[in-house]
Amino acid sequence: MSSGAPRLSLKLALSAGLILSLSSCIADSPLDSLDPQGPAARQIDELSNPVFLIAGIILAIVLGGMIFSIIRFRDRGQAEPRQIHGNAVLEVVWTAIPIMLLAGLAVPTVQTIFDLTECSDDAMEVDVIGHQWWFEYQYPNEGITTANVMVIPAGKEVCLNMTSEDVIHNFWVPKLNGKRYLVPGQQTLLILEADEPGEYWGQCGEFCGLSHALMRARVRAVDVEDYDAWVARMQQPANLPEEGKPSEEHLAEAGLDQFQGICSTCHVIDGVNQLDNPIGPNLTHFADPYRTVFAGASLERTNENLAEWLADPPTIKPGSFMPNLNLTADEIDELVAFLQSLDPTKEN
Amino acid sequence: MASAASPTSTIFRRPKQTSGWMSWITTVDHKKIGIMYGYSAFFFFILGGLEALILRLQLAGPDGTVLDAAEYNAMFTMHGTTMVFLFVMPVGAAFFNYLLPLMIGARDVAFPRMNALSFWIFIFGGIFLYSSFLFGTTGPPSGGNLPGGATDASWLGSTINGGWFMYQPNAGPRFSTGTVLDYGAIGLQILGLASLISAVNFIATILNMRAKGMKLLRMPVFIWMTLVVAFLLLFSLPIIAVALFMVTFDRQLGTLFFDTFQGGDAILWQHLFWLFGHPEVYILILPAMGIVSETLPVFSRKPLFGYPAVVFAGAAIGFLGFGVWAHHMFSSGITPVAQAAFGLATMTIAVPTGIKIFNWLGTMWMGKIKFTTPMLFSLGFVALFVIGGLSGVTHSIVPADWQQTDTYYIVAHFHYVLFGGAIFGIFAGLYYWFPKLTGRMMSEKLGKLHFWLMFIGMNLTFGPMHWLGLQGMVRRTWKYPAEYNFGTWNMVVTVGAFIIASSILIFMVNWTKSKRRGVEAGMDPWDARTIEWSIPNPTPEWNFGVSPDVQSLDDWWHRKYDEDEDGRPVRRPDADSTIAQFHDQGVNPPAPIHLPTPSYFPFFAGASFLAVGYGVIYHTRGWGLPLLIFGVILLLSSLIGWSLEPLEEEHEEVHA
Repeated sequence: MSSGAPRLSLKLALSAGLILSLSSCIADSPLDSLDPQGPAARQIDELSNPVFLIAGIILAIVLGGMIFSIIRFRDRGQAEPRQIHGNAVLEVVWTAIPIMLLAGLAVPTVQTIFDLTECSDDAMEVDVIGHQWWFEYQYPNEGITTANVMVIPAGKEVCLNMTSEDVIHNFWVPKLNGKRYLVPGQQTLLILEADEPGEYWGQCGEFCGLSHALMRARVRAVDVEDYDAWVARMQQPANLPEEGKPSEEHLAEAGLDQFQGICSTCHVIDGVNQLDNPIGPNLTHFADPYRTVFAGASLERTNENLAEWLADPPTIKPGSFMPNLNLTADEIDELVAFLQSLDPTKEN
Repeated sequence: MASAASPTSTIFRRPKQTSGWMSWITTVDHKKIGIMYGYSAFFFFILGGLEALILRLQLAGPDGTVLDAAEYNAMFTMHGTTMVFLFVMPVGAAFFNYLLPLMIGARDVAFPRMNALSFWIFIFGGIFLYSSFLFGTTGPPSGGNLPGGATDASWLGSTINGGWFMYQPNAGPRFSTGTVLDYGAIGLQILGLASLISAVNFIATILNMRAKGMKLLRMPVFIWMTLVVAFLLLFSLPIIAVALFMVTFDRQLGTLFFDTFQGGDAILWQHLFWLFGHPEVYILILPAMGIVSETLPVFSRKPLFGYPAVVFAGAAIGFLGFGVWAHHMFSSGITPVAQAAFGLATMTIAVPTGIKIFNWLGTMWMGKIKFTTPMLFSLGFVALFVIGGLSGVTHSIVPADWQQTDTYYIVAHFHYVLFGGAIFGIFAGLYYWFPKLTGRMMSEKLGKLHFWLMFIGMNLTFGPMHWLGLQGMVRRTWKYPAEYNFGTWNMVVTVGAFIIASSILIFMVNWTKSKRRGVEAGMDPWDARTIEWSIPNPTPEWNFGVSPDVQSLDDWWHRKYDEDEDGRPVRRPDADSTIAQFHDQGVNPPAPIHLPTPSYFPFFAGASFLAVGYGVIYHTRGWGLPLLIFGVILLLSSLIGWSLEPLEEEHEEVHA
């Protein structure tokens, strides 16, 4: 891990007392903000590490002084203490020292604020749209609309233009950058860049109603060639099941009918239907290998999870705009087969 | 009690009961009002604590099933709202009410009936807020669905659920259907009115009612902090009142202040809320700072180090508190210039805060420290507040805050400030002034057990939250998956929360037992410094038998002690006879004393807000409008009765 000393001192501070080094036995979270994997997060980390350290030192000095006084000046029957009312020099000293310390912190702070608020001109653009409770990603130059998993090229700066369709959300992928609001009626901006290919986890930061906890995000950073391949296949219409194929495909075909009958009022699949203002995520390449999660990135895209979700969405995601459609077990099977067949990499 | 001459009016006869429940309802005595404030605030503290325990049960392990999403959102909202508006603020008011006149040498506050009015408005505001559990309705955002096709959450989930911050448009009519957020907005409006009225009262009292010789810079630091808090309330509450009216108009009358679909502004609410909300934080913590500024000198047997510096630092915190609100919004997309400005402004608050802490340490330095229970809580306050203050400085590093904001790191920070700070300070004050209230001492044994359990529990509960937050645990999330690896530390947190709960039980036992069977305190049990200890315990109804004549800062101490050439205190030979003399004149006032007369009207005026509140929410129902009109009439007639009731100058309490 990259943030040595402050991380260690934090763990030590936490472990002090009854529980010894418990945190070092526990694996770090995929949302660990102390484990930067991109330039923005690293710049924040490098700014905050010395601050944690200085704060720790001040804490040690103050608590040390306090514990010393408690022991040294406890009532041991000594003579009454001299009645000291104050000391002007000391007052100046402990006013001036913090001011100087803070002034020292202020300079890099302001610098970092300005560094991280503007995207560079050659940054790639992705529009992020917040919904209760999922993130939608649109690639304006590539003409791609997807949800839950954002695919980006590793080592390239991505500029997120963000807004919300309903309430305020907050996009946060801790290993790549800090948080930024998605505000309805306004545009906000966030820089995103991953050093290496990998999957980076995210979570909506701002309380956004019933299922705020389940509004999660994934950023999948891939090599440039893989990214280009992904863009190319995303620009294709959906890879729909063809007629007259083996039984599994029959199931998927029946699922397509279900989709057209039920799902197409809220969801779009390019090549099947069009909507002016779709309520739900675009499902065109729902089973793309990179799109491993669904339902606000809160569920892995497995057949079991899909079946459970389709059976009663509001139970899994309270407040969900997708109602319980009272689907039969057969209908669910067909829909699961159909959705899992929407894989643009699959040979037909 | 002398019998009253017949009143001038038979319609507006003033109440005369001096005992029984009627005497409490009609009282205008600042001490009785303070005690009622204290007990009701403590009652809400228990409720808020139970809500916290339920939250902690839910979060003890991954994918908790104790609460559903609606219930969790309702519980964290009510926990925050209760602790801020129904516990820490009113318990501050309890201390101010009881102690303010005693510490400045006054007979009562400037406007005794208004004092009663703010208490009753607070009580009925609290009842109104909590009645949302019974009457409130909630549901998914319009267009959304609840499990099983339900339209409402369970009773536990059917209360205010938009967060104490009520961010718009989430808490607006489109995304928070049902009535619970109307209860929230109108309930806070009513509670705000209570605080506003008492702020005016306290300011008038401090500026006008000080005893002879009690110059401003001879006032105890606690009174200074009361004054600063009162001004903060006076200037910040109107802002939230306006904002809450805007929300209520949006929800009830269809205005569009915050409806972003039709040109409203979502961020405007945040500016208004935090322009109130940040001063509010200092409203919560400054009383505790005042309390420990009283206790640390007494138990270090030294005067407060740097009294003027502590006073001015407190005032500076108050001023600066109005210029930092946008640090709650660093990730909202405000311009980098604004972020830099508010970041720097936030840093500057560390300076006066540091001054206070260093002066408290200076007070203990070279002292003769006695580890009584109030002193332990004061030391706990300083230690924990330092931690909360330092984590606060890390938020002022704006880019660091982009990572920290909305995580448990923030939850840890403000609980170190508000639990480790405010609540430890409050308990220091309760143990310290208990003899003033009851004439008895609290058990030191139970008190110390309470302290250590609470201190350990507090650190187990809120310490690991720093780590959890930096590990990415986001606030207000009702569950987390096992893959996040949050489980172990969350279990520790939950265990800590129950340790805190057990310490509170011990406090309650201690309080109840000591009230009846505690050791008699006698005069001045702590060998204290300030004039509230120059009168007998419990405080006589008339406070001071003879109005004090204040000669110096820490007047009471200097009546007992001289200093030798070394600067060490030497007990004056006449100290014991001075104490005895003050006791005698406290018990048997040499001259008749006029006390403010009780009144029925504050109670009725306060109660009218209940009818007004329900009337506004249900004005579209058949009975809503009549209820609203009834409430307004009750309020107006109470105020008319208030102004017409006789002063009863002739009804003088004579004690001979």
